[in-house]
This record gives sequence, structure tokens and C-alpha cells, in this order.
Amino acid sequence: MIGVLKGLVQTWKTHWRKPVTVQYPDERLPLQPRYMGFPGLIWDQAIGEPFCTGCQVCMRYCPTQCMYVTMQDNPKQAAGESKRRKIVETFTIDISRCISCAICVEVCNFDAIEMTHAHERAGYYPDVVPDLPQLLKMSEDFRAQRGQKPARETRDVL
Amino acid sequence: MITERRLDTVDMHINVGPQHPATHGVFRMVLRVDGERIVDCVPYIGYLHRGFEKLAENEEFQEVIIHLDRTDYIAQFNNEFCYLMAVEKLLGVKPPERAEYARIILAELNRIVSHLMFYGAFGGDAGAITPFLYAFRERERLQRLFESVSGARLMHFYFRAGGLKEDLPEGFLEEVRRILPVLKQGIDECDTLLTENEVFLSRTVGIGAISAQEAIDYGCTGPILRACGVREDVRRSDPYSLYPTLDFDVPVGKKGDTFDRYLVRVQEMRESIRIVEQCLDRIPEGPFRTPIPRYPHYRVDPGEVYVHTENPRGDYGIYLISRGGVQPFRVKLRSPCFCNLMALPAMLRDAYVADAVMVLGSLDIVLGEVDR
Ligand code: SF4
Ligand code: SF4
Repeated sequence: MIGVLKGLVQTWKTHWRKPVTVQYPDERLPLQPRYMGFPGLIWDQAIGEPFCTGCQVCMRYCPTQCMYVTMQDNPKQAAGESKRRKIVETFTIDISRCISCAICVEVCNFDAIEMTHAHERAGYYPDVVPDLPQLLKMSEDFRAQRGQKPARETRDVL
Repeated sequence: MITERRLDTVDMHINVGPQHPATHGVFRMVLRVDGERIVDCVPYIGYLHRGFEKLAENEEFQEVIIHLDRTDYIAQFNNEFCYLMAVEKLLGVKPPERAEYARIILAELNRIVSHLMFYGAFGGDAGAITPFLYAFRERERLQRLFESVSGARLMHFYFRAGGLKEDLPEGFLEEVRRILPVLKQGIDECDTLLTENEVFLSRTVGIGAISAQEAIDYGCTGPILRACGVREDVRRSDPYSLYPTLDFDVPVGKKGDTFDRYLVRVQEMRESIRIVEQCLDRIPEGPFRTPIPRYPHYRVDPGEVYVHTENPRGDYGIYLISRGGVQPFRVKLRSPCFCNLMALPAMLRDAYVADAVMVLGSLDIVLGEVDR
């Protein structure tokens, strides 16, 4: 009996502690700065084109083979505005298969891709395959959000 | 006149799993029972087979790490640790001291996470839901720490050949220091909740016991073997990394029953905290990775190496063969759960059907590792 009572005292004490859970859709725990969601493509502000040259290195190393990249001649290079000879034409990532491993980020020679904080992307088939403009927007949103404060700071609670 | 007549009974087969909440994954066992007593048990595995060993042959040394995360998916840092020590041995590089300490800190914290997971699930098996919530509250603190280090909550992919992916985040060590006393208190609370609880004791003491000799014969390692009273720990018997310089005990049980397996794990959590405390005092500043030519597509000289480490579940071994180039020729995994699981029929012999779930829970299997 003693052991059971000791346990009861413990649960009674815990009853008065601050809860560590949050009411999810209304409150969210802050993501850690290094959090890896789905990859997005970075926009080169200086020139006005993506950093990505469409070299397909990430596509080759992606363990789930969920990327599809094609390359084209850079029209801006012909016009003398950019030094990149080749530029990405199409870029899709099937994020229903992406495992957020960041291998694509690690192998990219042009630092053109980064792990954003986008993670709540459940949906039906065509919606989970972002194309080039959407991937660029993911990265843009991520960069815009970084200064944002979380809904509730729970670091002290946890 | 009454004549004595023997009643002929037929053994019955009971199928448990593969999708059963008590099997902690996709695992199936067929129990042959005589009334309430188990006569025989046949475990069926392979439902989670993903061909890790074959996949590894077609990928670069660096990429194989992500599959290691997915073998024992509750102790990811420990798995990466083992594999990378094998790769580093073949490469002939040594990680800097900061990386070594960081690895030990993360691996030991991961051991606590894994044992907390066991604690919660085991309480659940015994019919107690509260321990599960307590354990997960404590586990969540560590999961958030891991997220701040590696960016992922479960599949970390953080250790690299020659060190770490990137340096530990700023304020990480202070955060660990802050959390350790809270964690200690949490473990004590968990301890109070179950260890002396009479209902829990009656469900665990003396159930599913095997002798030390039997455990050794089956190739059991880790807490299963230590619960039988054998003081065997790879960190002590075949020390690796900086473990020889660290001071910690190897807790052992007496009878090798379900309760001892539980108790050994609870004590191991405390020892892990001791190790982390020592590492926090000693971890130096400095580089976090030894440069390797052509990283991350490094070439590895031909050779064979076998490295084993003490995972939360036992002796985790990697046998790595390289024939030169960027891809391994063969990666063989010595899975502790697989060997521990094979002792299940011996443990279940003559036990009651209701105890089968407890004994299986006390093995703390992770099917991802059993089936690779
Ligand atoms: S993201 Fe990087 S690796 Fe992938 S195609 Fe673009 S430039 Fe090449
Ligand atoms: S994060 Fe991993 S799985 Fe996802 S696109 Fe990049 S390489 Fe592929």
C-alpha cells in the first residue's frame, strides 16, 4: 500500500505544476533557429534571379529522389546583367517524399538552397509539389519571418 | 463406480500482432498456450525491413548516416556515433576533442531519452498511463535540446566523419547545465511513481526471468544481460572515444527478471547524467571537425573494420568494408534488439499469457533495428 500512496502523493504534487503542453492550433511552441523544415530556393537580390544554376547535384544526391531540376541558358547573361551562364528552368520538390535531411543543402556548390521552417504542408497531390516560384517564396517567407516572436515562450516551462 | 478419466486438452495458438499496441511496432508472435500458461512462443519479424544494408552499398559514406538514424529510431545519436567511429577508423582521422565530448554528451542524453521512452511504454504495458505522461514531459525537454542542435527532432543526421555537422549552438551547454537538475528530479519522480508501487511489483517481480548463462548463450547484451547480474558494458569492457577518462558505474540486477530490467534502466539514466555532468566540465573550445579532403564526398581507403558501442539497447556493432572510393562495399549491422528478442521464447516459457506483454515490453525492442 505504501508505494501506491507515495505515487498518489507524487501525482497530487504534480497537479499543481504549470502545464507544459500548449493548445496547439491557437498556441505554438517556437521553432528552434536551426529547425529544418522543407528546402526552399534562395533569391539573389543583387541580380534578381535565383542562385540556383540547375546543376542537378542536389537531385543526384537526394536520398528519396524527390527533386526534379532542369537547366537553361541564362538570358540575363546574354544581356550582360549576370555572370551565371546557366540558370534553373524548372525546379520541383515533392515534399510528400522529402525527409528534411538537408543533404541537398550540404552538396549544393552555389549555396542556392536552404532549409526553411515550412513544415505544415499536408495536402493532396499537386499541392505538395511546389514549383520554382513557390520554392523561392518559401525561402523568402522564411527570411522575412526570422525576426518574428513566437506566440508563447515556453522555454522556462519546459 | 466412478472411473477416473483424463481430460485431453489441446494447446491453443494465440496470435499477437503485427499491429497490436502492445508489440511496440510491427512485430508478431504466436503463443502456444495450455490454458493460461504459455508453452511456446514463436516471434515473427521482418515487417519493417527496409534493406538498410543493401541501400548503404549504393550510397556515399556520408549519406549512409541518414539510414543509421532510421535503424534504432529512439537512439539516433548513438547509432551515428558507432558508424562514424568505423568510418573514422578507416579514414585514419581523429575528431577534435570538442567534437568527442559533444558526441558523448548527445549520446548519453539520447540514452536517457531512450530509457524514458521505455519507462513510459512499460508503465503503459502494466496498465498505468500516468508514467507515460511523466516520462514524455521529461523527454520533451531533451527533444527540444536536440532540435536546437541538429534542427530535427528525431532524424538528426548531425555527426559527421571527423566531427560534427556544425558547432554546438550558442548557449547549448548552459542549457544542458540548466536542464540536468530538472531532469534528475523528473527521473526521481518517475522512480517514486512505479518502483515501489505494489501493483507494478506484482506484475514484474519474478516474471520472465532468465539466468545469466542463458542470456549469454542467446547473445543478449545491454540492460537485458546486466539485469542478470553480468557487469558487461562496452563502454567499460572495450572502451571507445573518451569513455575511459569518465567516471561512471555500470548498474546490474540480480535475478534477471522483468523488474530488474526496468530497474537497471532507471539507474542507467542517473549514470548518464553523471557522465554528461563530467563532460560539461571538461568540454574545451576549439574546432568541431577535422578537415577531410573532398568532404563531403570523401574517399575511404580499402579496409575492413568492426566497431561496437554501448547503445541504450545493448551492443551495437557496425562491420564496414571499403574497397576504396566513395561508397562502402558492405555495411553489416549487429543489432542488439535482434539478439535480445531471440531470448523471448526462453523468457516466456511457463509464464502467463497476461505477462507476455510485460516481458516483451521489458525487452524494449525497436523494430526498426531488428528488421533494419
Ligand atoms: S540547388 Fe544547388 S545543387 Fe541543386 S540544382 Fe540548384 S545549384 Fe545545383
Ligand atoms: S531535404 Fe533531403 S529528401 Fe528533402 S529534397 Fe533535400 S535531399 Fe531530398
